[in-house]
Amino acid sequence: MTDPGLKDIWVYLAASPLLGLTITLVAYGLAYRLYLKSHSNPLVNPVVTSVAMLIGLLLLTGTSYDDYFEGGQFVHFLLGPATVALAVPLYQQFSRLRQLWLPVTISLLSGVVIAAGSSIWLARFFGGSTEIQMSLAPKSATAPVAMGISEKIGGLPSLTAVLVVVTGITGAVLGTKLFELIRVRDDTAKGIAMGVAAHGIGTARAFQVSSQMGAFSGLAMALSAFATAVLVPWLVDWMQALF
Amino acid sequence: MQFLNGITLLLIYQLVGEVTVRLLGIPIPGPVLGMVMLFITLMIRGAAPDSVEQASGALLSHLSLLFVPAGVGMMAHFHRIAEEWVPITLSLLLSTVITMVATALIMQATTRWLVKQPMTEEQSND
Repeated sequence: MTDPGLKDIWVYLAASPLLGLTITLVAYGLAYRLYLKSHSNPLVNPVVTSVAMLIGLLLLTGTSYDDYFEGGQFVHFLLGPATVALAVPLYQQFSRLRQLWLPVTISLLSGVVIAAGSSIWLARFFGGSTEIQMSLAPKSATAPVAMGISEKIGGLPSLTAVLVVVTGITGAVLGTKLFELIRVRDDTAKGIAMGVAAHGIGTARAFQVSSQMGAFSGLAMALSAFATAVLVPWLVDWMQALF
Repeated sequence: MQFLNGITLLLIYQLVGEVTVRLLGIPIPGPVLGMVMLFITLMIRGAAPDSVEQASGALLSHLSLLFVPAGVGMMAHFHRIAEEWVPITLSLLLSTVITMVATALIMQATTRWLVKQPMTEEQSND
């Protein structure tokens, strides 16, 4: 950008929310079209492609993340009402849920402990610092919950937000193949596993498979947010005392 | 108008959730409590109003979009991630796979053991 006029316009736009918001929606729109073109191949996950496009664009133009987030925050904010909105599919699946409350409770509690325990232990095993271990611990919970817990147990909340997204993508990309491999065919079991391990991004993927899998994934994501908030700080104390 | 009413209601539940969590010092995020309260309301009412159904459908059908700005945050942490990429990558990948496999198998096994006549999707009379 040698033209000073253009550069001025860019500097102005980069600092206003309009640009960040617009490029987020455009990137996601392109990524989603690409995903449909690939016949819903989970490897072409729209979050991966749009995040890659946006980071590329920001680095190329020398725009900082803070400037981008001026606009990005409007999309980010909607995570709150979207969490509340999960009550609706949950309510619609209630009759099925009532039959399964005991298996759901057992799977959820074990899933939450396995998710946090294994990530702390593995990070320590491979030589990660305590800060990294604590930032990884709540990675399977939904972003706002995970950030709160990370702060409480001594992790870096903003790094946790990134790890949460990468975890969700990993779960969404690998999930259906893994379930095939271990021969789990029931949509309720697949949904619970997806929601516990990969929160909202996994839930978005689950809704593409079936509405039942989506509802159970949403349920698991919501309840494991609760369970993570209660159990993980306690689990961290316990693991530190023991090892 | 329906959609607007629905969004407004979702925001009100979130707001009440945030305020309650702060007032009572509950270690749970406000939106999660808001969700529980909306769920209880729907149970008591016995039906989800069209407005709430529309708004929740719109938000949930593109749930993954909402994670994009947080994902872009990766660029602010390149340095930290590059420093400890081995433990981060291995822990994240293995732990996610272990959690998903274990939870799915536990759910499948406990459903078979604990629920009499496990219902399949084909059975429409539930």
